[in-house]
Amino acid sequence: MSDRAVEDLLRALAPQVLGVLVRRHGQFYACEDAVQEALLAAATQWPAQGVPDHPRSWLVTVATRRLTDEWRSERARRDREVAVAVREPACASVAPPADEEPPSGDDTLKLLFLCCHPALTASAQVALTLRAVGGLSTAEIARAYLVPEATMSQRIRRAKQRIEAAGARFDLPSAADRDARLHAVLHVLYLVFNEGYTASSGAELHRAELTGEAIRLARELRRLLPDDGEVAGLLALMLLTDAHRAARTGPGGELVPLTEQDRTRWDRAGIEEGVALVTEALTWSAPGPYQVQAAIAAVHAEAPTAADTDWRQIVALYRLLARLAPNPMVTLNQAAAVAMVDGPRAGLALLAPLDADERTAGHHRLAAVRAHLLELAGDRDEARTAYLAAARATTSLPERHYLEVRAARLTTDR
Amino acid sequence: MKYMLLIWNRPGFVEELSEEERNAIFSDVDVIMKELTESGELVGGEALAHPSQTRTVRPGAGGPEITDGPFVESKEQFAGYLMVDCETPERAAEIAASWPDVTRGVGVLEVRPVMEQAGTEM
Repeated sequence: MSDRAVEDLLRALAPQVLGVLVRRHGQFYACEDAVQEALLAAATQWPAQGVPDHPRSWLVTVATRRLTDEWRSERARRDREVAVAVREPACASVAPPADEEPPSGDDTLKLLFLCCHPALTASAQVALTLRAVGGLSTAEIARAYLVPEATMSQRIRRAKQRIEAAGARFDLPSAADRDARLHAVLHVLYLVFNEGYTASSGAELHRAELTGEAIRLARELRRLLPDDGEVAGLLALMLLTDAHRAARTGPGGELVPLTEQDRTRWDRAGIEEGVALVTEALTWSAPGPYQVQAAIAAVHAEAPTAADTDWRQIVALYRLLARLAPNPMVTLNQAAAVAMVDGPRAGLALLAPLDADERTAGHHRLAAVRAHLLELAGDRDEARTAYLAAARATTSLPERHYLEVRAARLTTDR
Repeated sequence: MKYMLLIWNRPGFVEELSEEERNAIFSDVDVIMKELTESGELVGGEALAHPSQTRTVRPGAGGPEITDGPFVESKEQFAGYLMVDCETPERAAEIAASWPDVTRGVGVLEVRPVMEQAGTEM
């Protein structure tokens, strides 16, 4: 088996193995460390020595051994009786051998809910999800997020401590909490996707693998929750967005806006799958924000050229999105779409109130959209000023480059 | 989001402190570094040598010119930096506000976002 195939297998098995251990022993913190060690052992041994006949049982056995080793050394340090109570939970004697237990999809779900626990910051949720559910090593996550391994390791340790301190349980959330908790899970997968997607050029290619990981986890979640329209919507949104990847940057890594992308370079298979997914979901599910965003992406995807874009439909979808999830960033995109139907001045009028909203005032995206609409309106000087304001406010090098180029064009080609 | 916290202070101010004050500053630094390490926010940081050890390189008529001493002649000099990765700009400012140069009134911290290589097409 190739290294790549071994890696894929390990990532798929990671949450299953962790689920088995946590169900048997409780103690998410220690079990998660033990599984991580077992995964690392497998990653070094399997490519050379071959994959064992029952890879999942192998991992469960090795992880359990690590866990008991850890408890033994801990017992040497601590009060004997306390440690014995921890080591021999009531269920230990009734748990069947690992290879007789079928993998439980519920385990993966419970792990996702646990890792995206509301007691954690978004960056902690992301790191823990990638390790405990995605099966990535701390080193891989650190590389993807451009921080030292020690920093990421500490972030994960802190996240696990927080979860324990919050008294979180390895369980499915109650019906009352379910929507909010699922929303957090979807948001984490979306953040992982976005981190990879926005990085997908040049020196940042290893980070781009995060898109693949996010899509893999979203597919898994869809398999586990086939009746949730928003899960389908998120997966569709990822597929439709990722389909632009080859066209979103030019040869020098410069950003190419959607309307100027070479559509022949879009990934047709991804578009077809995404369009089918969201179209189907909207027939039976109440529309949610991810489905509507996916529907907007689908309208763009189905236009053979930028000029063929059905802007009226996009405006209608943004209006729906603004009702479902009111947010000034939605208004921003809505204004850009309205400008294509009712003219740039109508779009600019929608932007005006955003100057008074602290979430968007001074934000580079507000200045960038305004610049674009002013340019469409033929107001070159004001457009140039707004592009430069956006360029100063962004913290992204490719965005700054793009905005400076747009501003420079307005000075030179008179 | 990564932020660089640039530490500006008056070179040699430490020489004027008592041993106790000096130890207190070092222990303040230890406490913050430990906290930032444990929270998983610390990316890195370095202290710089005394400005008298600085060489400045500028473009000159006949090619680059190298002179002894810092670029900016001012009372306060760039003394070192911390690099942190944290959730919000408010959190970055909070870390800066807890740094001993600020709490003990001997220096100033500048909090500057670090540019990212990633970007969204507009």
